Amino acid sequence: MNRIEHGALQAPPRVSDLPARMELGASLVGFRTLLYKEVLRFWKVVFQTVAAPVLTGVLYLLVFGHVLDQHIEAFPGVRYTAFLVPGLVMMSLLQNAFANSSSSLIQSKIMGNLVFVLLPPLSHLEFFAAYAISSVLRALVVGLGVFAVAACVALPPVNAPVWILVFALLGASLLGVLGIIAGIVSDKFDQLAAFQNFIIMPATFLSGVFYSVHSLAPFWQWLSRLNPFFYMIDGFRYGFFARSDVDPWQSLAVVSASLLLTAGIAIRMLASGYKLRG
Amino acid sequence: MPVPAIEASDVVKRYPGVTALDHVSLRIEPGEIFGLLGPNGAGKTTLISIVAGLARATSGRVTVMGHDVVGAYRLARRCLGVVPQELVFDPFFTVRETLRIQSGYFGLTRNDDWIDEVIANLDLGPKADANMRSLSGGMKRRVLVAQALVHRPPVIVLDEPTAGVDVELRQGLWQFVRRLNRDGHTIVLTTHYLEEAQQMCERIAMLKEGRIVAMEPTSALLARLAGVRIVLRLQGALPASLQPQVIEQSGSDNRYVLRVGQPGEVESVLAACRAAGCRIDDIEVGHADLEDVFLQVMSDSGQRWAA
Repeated sequence: MNRIEHGALQAPPRVSDLPARMELGASLVGFRTLLYKEVLRFWKVVFQTVAAPVLTGVLYLLVFGHVLDQHIEAFPGVRYTAFLVPGLVMMSLLQNAFANSSSSLIQSKIMGNLVFVLLPPLSHLEFFAAYAISSVLRALVVGLGVFAVAACVALPPVNAPVWILVFALLGASLLGVLGIIAGIVSDKFDQLAAFQNFIIMPATFLSGVFYSVHSLAPFWQWLSRLNPFFYMIDGFRYGFFARSDVDPWQSLAVVSASLLLTAGIAIRMLASGYKLRG
Repeated sequence: MPVPAIEASDVVKRYPGVTALDHVSLRIEPGEIFGLLGPNGAGKTTLISIVAGLARATSGRVTVMGHDVVGAYRLARRCLGVVPQELVFDPFFTVRETLRIQSGYFGLTRNDDWIDEVIANLDLGPKADANMRSLSGGMKRRVLVAQALVHRPPVIVLDEPTAGVDVELRQGLWQFVRRLNRDGHTIVLTTHYLEEAQQMCERIAMLKEGRIVAMEPTSALLARLAGVRIVLRLQGALPASLQPQVIEQSGSDNRYVLRVGQPGEVESVLAACRAAGCRIDDIEVGHADLEDVFLQVMSDSGQRWAA
């Protein structure tokens, strides 16, 4: 710091005198920057955040497909391995949407660098949107990766791409928002791991990724219908096979309502500063 | 009357079972270097957190350059740069990325010229493209200062910026802070190094148990304790007649710090020790400094010091 005296620091301008239209532009730049930072964060460790989940998804497909392809026909006329592809894509997509926002928040909280996001003039809605959208982006990249590799093994038909896109976006958003809530609520990594291992993982595995719920006993079918993850998988799968366990509009309603509810909770937490702003 | 750089009005902050700030009011003028002193847990960081929007007051109001930190938080935060106490960093990014991102949070896109200037002034040039993880503690501290300056805030808060910092960096940092102040920035700092506060700050507020117990120009605070400071290390206890003059004592090594009004009174202190049969192992005589004022204020109820 020896050159300090020779520096050419200027007198500070009155940043407080920004006109209102510049204020709006400035807050958009702030939101965009936080989104960019969150995307850059996962992209810098792309092997861990994208390549690894793609590999895991494909391994599931290879192992389960190899063992069960000849023994199970989940939908009439559909190979089990092809049936499995949309479920695995959605599972990877959901898990990574959750992992993105939750791990970013808990790391920032524990390392203390969340202060860099809390000090600037970002609103709670900008904070919410940036974390949710970055989670959706990572989830879509992982989902596309799993689909691209899985399609080499078994390509399912694509009957209604709009439904595929809608459920991918809604599912990723819902899990991204759940990740924000988990990241805010958790104070330690093991609390977040409890969310992941005791809520997200069982809800995903018991949502019909690997089977059609029609193959279950009535009680388990009823139980599955209480699980919002089931509707995400089922609606997503409808986009491929034009067949589903429940009406896709019903799935859309359940998933949308779940997203609205969780988004409301997350936004309220952020607005109140719960566990973020002492 | 100019708009105050920071104004806190009757601020209360309660956590379950503890009142961290108890009706704190203060006004920091633009262009000041203002010191916030107090022992650990006095409420300094809580007050700074409320000013910065990192915590919310239970009641009361805080403004930065006239903007309410809750109602007009965007404007208030644009006017404020905070150097946090902890050495925090984002391990995913380089120094330059960190500064560009921080700049973007404040709505600034074409800010590279200023970022380069800050990097140069803080001697971060050789490390500009290094990952934050690879930096030494001192370099990380400089990046924290750079992050606080990246949006050119008129008010800069430094929360114990020299904690755990080597002498060279500490001196450089204070030199830089003075430079910023000369350029028109208002500086608010907390430090445990009272000597630094004495040298740097024009005005000082002392906090104790969440209350401001003294707030005056540094010179006025020192004038209140005009006198001579005597540090004695004795064999045996200090004579009872000298106890009223003790401002600090450590029982383990019989070390006593006394304050007397005039240099001539030093002799009477020594005479009292001799008369009591105390052997003096070590003696140090000097003028009262901010440390004495601090100790005195902290040992008093504080009421008589409040301005």
